[in-house]
Amino acid sequence: MRRLLAILAAVACLAGAAADPADRLPDPAQEARARAIFREVRCLVCQNESIDDSEAALAGDLRSIVRDQVKQGRNDSQIRAFLVERYGEFVLLKPPFSPGNALLWATPVVALVLGAVLMIVLLRRRAAPSPAGEDPEALSQAEEARLQVLLKDE
Amino acid sequence: MITEFGAYALVVALVLSALQMVLSAVGGARRMAILAGAGQGAALGAFLCVALTFLALVHAFVVSDFSLANVAANSHTAKPMLYKVAGAWGSHEGSMLLWCLVLTGYGAAMAVYGKALPPRLRAYAVAVQGALGVLFLAYTVFASNPMARLLDVPVEGASLNPLLQDPALAFHPPFLYCGYVGFSVVFSFAMAALIEGRVDAAWARWVRPWTLAAWSFLTVGITLGAFWAYYELGWGGWWFWDPVENASFMPWLIGTALLHSAVVLEKRGALPGWTVFLGLAAFTFSMLGAFLVRSGVLTSVHAFAVDPARGVLLLTIMGIAAGSGFALFALRAPSLNAGGLFAPVSRESAIVLNNIILSTATAVVLVGTLFPLIREAVDGEAVSVGPPFFNMTFVPLMVLAMAVLPAGPLLAWKRGDARLVTRRLWLALACAAILGLVAFAVVAPRSALASAGLALGVWLVGGALLELAERVKAFRAPWAEVRRRATGLPRGAWGTTLAHAGLGLFVLGASFETTWRVEAAQALGVGGQLKLGAYELALTDVGTVEGANYIAERGVVKITRGGAAICTATPERRFYPTGRQTTSEVAICPRALDDLYVVLGERRAGADGQPAWLVRAFVNPWVRLIFLGPLVMALGGLISLSDRRLRFGVAKRAENAA
Repeated sequence: MRRLLAILAAVACLAGAAADPADRLPDPAQEARARAIFREVRCLVCQNESIDDSEAALAGDLRSIVRDQVKQGRNDSQIRAFLVERYGEFVLLKPPFSPGNALLWATPVVALVLGAVLMIVLLRRRAAPSPAGEDPEALSQAEEARLQVLLKDE
Repeated sequence: MITEFGAYALVVALVLSALQMVLSAVGGARRMAILAGAGQGAALGAFLCVALTFLALVHAFVVSDFSLANVAANSHTAKPMLYKVAGAWGSHEGSMLLWCLVLTGYGAAMAVYGKALPPRLRAYAVAVQGALGVLFLAYTVFASNPMARLLDVPVEGASLNPLLQDPALAFHPPFLYCGYVGFSVVFSFAMAALIEGRVDAAWARWVRPWTLAAWSFLTVGITLGAFWAYYELGWGGWWFWDPVENASFMPWLIGTALLHSAVVLEKRGALPGWTVFLGLAAFTFSMLGAFLVRSGVLTSVHAFAVDPARGVLLLTIMGIAAGSGFALFALRAPSLNAGGLFAPVSRESAIVLNNIILSTATAVVLVGTLFPLIREAVDGEAVSVGPPFFNMTFVPLMVLAMAVLPAGPLLAWKRGDARLVTRRLWLALACAAILGLVAFAVVAPRSALASAGLALGVWLVGGALLELAERVKAFRAPWAEVRRRATGLPRGAWGTTLAHAGLGLFVLGASFETTWRVEAAQALGVGGQLKLGAYELALTDVGTVEGANYIAERGVVKITRGGAAICTATPERRFYPTGRQTTSEVAICPRALDDLYVVLGERRAGADGQPAWLVRAFVNPWVRLIFLGPLVMALGGLISLSDRRLRFGVAKRAENAA
């Protein structure tokens, strides 16, 4: 199956054709809405393209499905739900907020909070009372002199 | 014969890398200069041997020696010479050889330029670089030999994927690899410092030029790749958040964070552990990138499915290198001194904030890239993570970083004065706010995001210029004084200004291009016309042309504006008979910073029974800034690199003077 997909992808995925005037919806507002949805729907047989970009036959089919539904007056989330029903979550380029995708959506928030905590810890440090000469990490006199030579060169 | 010689040299290089590792390590541990020196010699030798192999492979491509499996699979006698040469690094085997070439090249550079370093640190760093060489050369020799012969020699080769036959893409991998692998030096230095148990300001200074070089190369490499996608793939986009793009972007993000945290370590002795951690992480992300791209695990249709063994090997190599690095870090990090203290408003804080945001962004890109794999492993569900996800998560993070960026370089170390900085930046802030509001009110009431992007870009460029003005006391001191200050300004400062302004240019280009792009498409017969914004396009002719290894349909599209001729675009649709592939050759008419972008589609039957072609055209406003901005950033990196204080040999001269 993967082989087949590979061949299909190689043959089919060329420059995008969502703008093909033959398929456009007569109402520009509806067409704009359809185009916005296209950008969030994956061309299933391509490597990593939206159906807005792909010239593959399947992308064309998906585009006409979306356009039909837009014409019928269904809203964006209804259309997305329809596509997921039919092709699975794989079809959406932005995974929905769901327990299965918690890791994905939590990453930015958790990482940022973690960073903020680290920064607060860093800022609340007090100068550690270490008597001179006892710090094992301190530079020896020769090293200190060498460092000064390096730093002096500004 | 040359091929056999090349194959032999590759094995010698592996042996020399092993010697480099052992001799340098023992020389460092026992403080025996003669052994360490021999290790450096081995590093030079390893580089020369890999270079010989590489030349032998290029030679085989140039003379189309199809007895080599690699050449037969990726070349063709009719291919133009540039792409024959570039074919040497177009395949898996060839690109891993290029990786080894750059890796040993940096090792040799450490051996040659490292004279100013403390002998022990240098010996350990060269040893670690040798160990990396052993891992990757062993992989090349045993699992992905580019010099393997075929028993059954074909008469003609299978040719390189025509999409890859492009000047930008021919030079893309060498730049990218010089960047990726440049971080190996930082990795080796980080390991050496951890082995010695000391990370200090001097260490940061030694590491800085290598980081700058790698970062600049990587910036150029990524830009070339984006530029290639822009004009070769034919739908006007330049960044798709594709796993392969993300793979090259993650080391760049970490490298950028490292550049900044290394400054804090160098000037203030703070953040030693974090900086070393980033040094290890940068090359780990490079290796992860190589694994993701080369194994095809994510694009799902490449070599991984056919040859999972190689992917597993690359993953193992990455595990060994990164694993030992982070294990050593975990062991030594607690004993590292936390360094100087600083107030919440200070340049240190600004850089820590920069690092937090860049690391978060990297985490987002990493999880976003790997999530389809994770989800599939967890519950078998196939999901896609594409541009809409990254636009929603990554972009706000970057906006946050860029909002505070101009203040950073103006803040004082240790304790900064926020009011002073505001006073110095009010002009940029005012310009940005006014332009953003005007854009919002007049040009694009519906696209608030573009107005915000415009404001942000102006804020960045303006902030960078004001910072420079502040440093040279422009408009406040007499002209002679300003000139004296400008010439006396360290090149590192110019580099900072350029890099930050370049980022602003990029933001301007990206916001303009994504929001105010005009698109038109129509099936045109010969003589047909199409309106594209203010421009008129007329398809005047479609003919057949024959290239070196392709046949093409070439459309002639005359572009006019209000009757005045602007340019003639000749988009093509090329058919490569060798691989039975069709590509679309975009025609681009540059108009100052804008591009008129014309694509010729398939032939179809028109309304009147005559043949017609789907012509798609875009006006991409300010798109040149998207590529110019990063090049300015890389230029900033290079200028910074030429700073007298950062040259590799500087400490030696200073020592002699002292």
